[in-house]
Amino acid sequence: MPPRCLLRHLIGALAAATPLAFAGLTGCARATTAPAPAPEVSSAERPQYPSTYQRHPSAPVLIRNATLLTAAGPEQKNASILFADGKIMAIGADVAAPPDATVVDGTGKFVTPGIIDTHSHMGVYAAPGSPAESDGNEATNPVTAQVWAEHSFWPQDPQIPLAVAGGITVIQALPGSANLIGGRSATLRLVPARTVQEMKFPGAPYGLKMACGENPKRVYGQRPLGPSTRMGNMAGYRAAFIEAERYRDKWDRWLRDHKGNPPDRDLKLETLAEVLRGHILPHIHCYRADEMAQMIDLSKEFGFKIRSFHHAVEGYKIADVLAREGIAASVWDDWWGFKMEALDGIPENAALLERAGARPIMHSDDPGVIQRLNQEAAKAMYAGRRIGINITREQAIRWITANPAWALGIDSTTGTLERGKAADVVVWSGDPFSVYARAEKVYNDGWLLFDRADTTKQWKTDFNLGTAAPGVGR
Amino acid sequence: MTPRTARLPMRAGLALGLVFGAVPVSAQTIAITNATIYPVSGPKVEHGTVLFRDGKISAVGTNVSIPSGATRIDAEGRWVTPGFIQSGTTLGIKLLESGGLTQTAEDSLGGEINAAFNVAEGIDPASLTIPVARLEGITGTVAVPSYGLIRGQGVWFDLVGDRLEDLLVKSPAAMVVDLSETGKSAGGGSRAGSLQKLRRVLRDALEYSRRKEDYRRGQMQPLSASAEDLEALEPVVKGELPVLAFANRRSDIENALRVARDFKLRLIIWGGIEAWQTAGELAAARVPVVVEPLTNVPTFDALSPRLDNATLLRAAGVTTVLAQHDMAHFRDLRQAAGNAVRNGLSWDDALRSVTLAPAEVFGLQDRYGSLEPGKVANLVVWSGDPFEFSSRAEHVFIRGRDVGTESRQTQLRDRYRELPPKF
Repeated sequence: MPPRCLLRHLIGALAAATPLAFAGLTGCARATTAPAPAPEVSSAERPQYPSTYQRHPSAPVLIRNATLLTAAGPEQKNASILFADGKIMAIGADVAAPPDATVVDGTGKFVTPGIIDTHSHMGVYAAPGSPAESDGNEATNPVTAQVWAEHSFWPQDPQIPLAVAGGITVIQALPGSANLIGGRSATLRLVPARTVQEMKFPGAPYGLKMACGENPKRVYGQRPLGPSTRMGNMAGYRAAFIEAERYRDKWDRWLRDHKGNPPDRDLKLETLAEVLRGHILPHIHCYRADEMAQMIDLSKEFGFKIRSFHHAVEGYKIADVLAREGIAASVWDDWWGFKMEALDGIPENAALLERAGARPIMHSDDPGVIQRLNQEAAKAMYAGRRIGINITREQAIRWITANPAWALGIDSTTGTLERGKAADVVVWSGDPFSVYARAEKVYNDGWLLFDRADTTKQWKTDFNLGTAAPGVGR
Repeated sequence: MTPRTARLPMRAGLALGLVFGAVPVSAQTIAITNATIYPVSGPKVEHGTVLFRDGKISAVGTNVSIPSGATRIDAEGRWVTPGFIQSGTTLGIKLLESGGLTQTAEDSLGGEINAAFNVAEGIDPASLTIPVARLEGITGTVAVPSYGLIRGQGVWFDLVGDRLEDLLVKSPAAMVVDLSETGKSAGGGSRAGSLQKLRRVLRDALEYSRRKEDYRRGQMQPLSASAEDLEALEPVVKGELPVLAFANRRSDIENALRVARDFKLRLIIWGGIEAWQTAGELAAARVPVVVEPLTNVPTFDALSPRLDNATLLRAAGVTTVLAQHDMAHFRDLRQAAGNAVRNGLSWDDALRSVTLAPAEVFGLQDRYGSLEPGKVANLVVWSGDPFEFSSRAEHVFIRGRDVGTESRQTQLRDRYRELPPKF
C-alpha cells in the first residue's frame, strides 16, 4: 500500500479529518483491499455521505500527432498522449502504444484537460425548470450553512450530458445566491450515475457558498428579520461567524481529550467551524469591487481564507488586491447590465486579472454557457489581446482547467495534462478558441463519455428517453 | 347592452403604419477601399470598394469611381458586411433585467391584450446598451414588448441618433403574440384557452374593421378588446402587418400555423425551438422562423431542442433569422451565428440570417440587409471573419456615420487599465 493511502487510514481514524490532506488520493479508493469509507469532513466522528465513485474500466488510449494544450506548460505540437487506468501515463513527441490501446489520430486536432466549472447549478436547478426540481435555494433563512447541495442534486438532470458534450468533466454544484450563507457545495465528476454519491469527486474538499449584494437583501428585504441592506448583509455574516467561533472552540476543546460528553452537534455551525479550520473553501458570489473588499475584511476578522469570488464582474478594479490576497476570480467574459451590480462588467476582466497576477477562472452559472466555456475563455483572451495584453492559449486554457481545479482544491489530481494526473481529456476538432471548434471526444477519468462520431457513446439521462431530441451531439 | 364609447381612436403618428424616412445622419461621402466585401445579396467581392454618401450606399464593386473629396478608408483586405440586426430584443427599451429595477424597463404593459401598445416611445436613444451592441457590429434591432397574449407592437430602429424620429425605421414592424407557456395565463392556464381568446379577439378585429360606423353609433355587441386594440389589429387581420408569434413547442407552432391560415395572417415564428420537427410545413406555408441558435436545454415548453435547429430549417427551405434575445447576451449575436455554423449552417446562410433575412421578414429588404446601391449605409468593417472571437468590428457605420468604437465599457476599461485608477 503506498504511503499516501496509509495516511488516509490514519487521517480517517482521526476526528476533524482534513479534506485537504485527502487531495490527490483518488487512487486509494480503488485499492484492492478496500478500506472502510472514511469521513470526508466533519467535526463528528461518523461517516459523512462518502463518495462511492468508482472509475469505469477502460482500455488504454493513445492520441497521436495532436496539438496539446496541457495547462501546465507550453503548447506541444505533433505530440502524443497516452492514458490508461484513469491516469495519464506519457506525453511527448514519441509515445508507444501498448498492444491493447485504442489509437486516436489527432492530426489537426487539439487536446486539452477536461474543463472544470466552479459554478454550476445543474442537478440542483435541474431541467426542465419547474418548482418540482427547484432545489438550489433554501430561502427560508439568510444563513443556511447546514444545507448541502449534494442533498438536492438530481443525477438525471438532462443538462449534465449537454455539458459533457462541451468538454466538462468536473463541476462544483452550488446552492443559489438567495442567502448570505447558502450551504455546502459538491464537487462532482460528470459521469452517468444513479446517485450523487457515485459522482462525488473522491477527496475533494467541500466549498461553502456565500453571497453578497442584491440577492440576499432582495429575498429577505420584505421579511421581519432582513437583511434589507448591504450593511445588514455584513452584520449577518459576522453574527454567523461569531457563533461559529464559539462552536469551534467548544468542539476543539472536547476533541483534544474526549473528556465527558461531546458538545451538541449543530449542522450549521459545524460547516462554519470547518470553514474557520480551513477545511471548507469559501466561494463567494460578489459582483462589486467594494463588496469584495468588505468580504476580504470579514475573512480577516474571522481568520479564514476566501478561495474564489464568483461573478466578480468588477474584479478588474481590484485585480491588484485579488492577486495579493491569492483569491481566484470566477468570471464570465461579457455578462453585464442584467442587474445593477452587474452594470460595470467588461470583457477585458479576465485579461486584466491575469496581467495583475491574479487567478482568473471562466465559470458558467448557466446550463448554456457551461457547454461553451472554451468560447468564454476565447472571448476573454481576445479581449485582452485587443488592448495589448498578450494572453496566450497556454494561459487562457488554464482559466477553464488548472485554475478552477485549484479553486476546488483538486489540482493535485486533475486540471492539467501531466503524467500521473487523472485522464480527464478532451479532443477538439481544432483550436478550442475558435467558434467553430467542437469537442469530439471527452474522457472522464479515462472513460469515453462523449464521442461525436459515435451516437452509442453519447450518454442520455433517464429524462432524455422518450423525447424527440436526437441526443447531446446536435 | 352597453355600447362601447363612440369615439374612434386616432391613428397616432408614431404608433401606426409609418415607415420612417431614414433621416441621413451623415452627409459625408466615404469610400472603403481594398475591402473583402460580403454584400449578402451577391457573391463576395475581393479588393472592392463600398462608396456611400448622405447615409446611402451609392456603389459597391471593384470598379467604383471615387469622387474627389470623399473620405477614403483603406480596409487593407479587411471584411465588410452589412450591419447585423438583432431581431426581437428589449435592447433600447430595457437595461436591467433582474433586481426589480422597473425604472429601466419600458417593455411591458402588464395586461393580456395589448395590441395598441407600441414600444417606440419607450425607446431611450441614450440607453447604455446601444453603444455596447454597436461594438459587436449590431446596427439595428427589432425591439419587442414583453408579456401578454397579444404583447403589442415591435418596432425596427437603427442604433444611432439622439431623437426617436432619428432612429426609428419601421413602426410597427410586427404584432407580437405569445402562444408559448408564458402566454397561457391569458387563457386561464391552458394553451387551448389562450388560442380561444386570441381567435375571439381576431374575429372581433375583423368585425370591428367592417363595421366601424356601427361601432361608432353603439350598434354592436360588446367586443372582446378595446377599440384602440382592435384598431391596432386591423393591419394584422388585413395581412399587412406580420404577427411575430412566440411559439417553441411543435404543437404551439402548428397552432400558430392553423390560426394564421384561418385568419390569413402573415406569420413569423419566434423562438421556434422545436421548429425543426415541422420544418417542411413551415417551408410550405412560407413562414419564416427567428431562432436562438444556442438554445438546447429542455424545458416543458419545448422538450426537444437541438443545436442544429437553424441548419435543419434552412435545409427545408425555411427563411431563418438568428437572434440572441436576453439582456445578458444580446451582444453575443455574432457568437450565436458562429455557433450555428459550428452546428452545420453554411457560413453564407448564417450571415444572411443576421442581415438580409431579418430585413425580408420585417419587410425592409428594399432598404436594409445588404450592401447594394440605394440601401441605407449600415455596414461594418471587421478585422476578419465576423463570427470569430479573434475578430472585432473596427468601424461601424450607421446611416453613413462612423459611430466610433467607444462605450461606457471601454471607458471603464481605460480608467482601470492601470491600478490605482485614474479618476
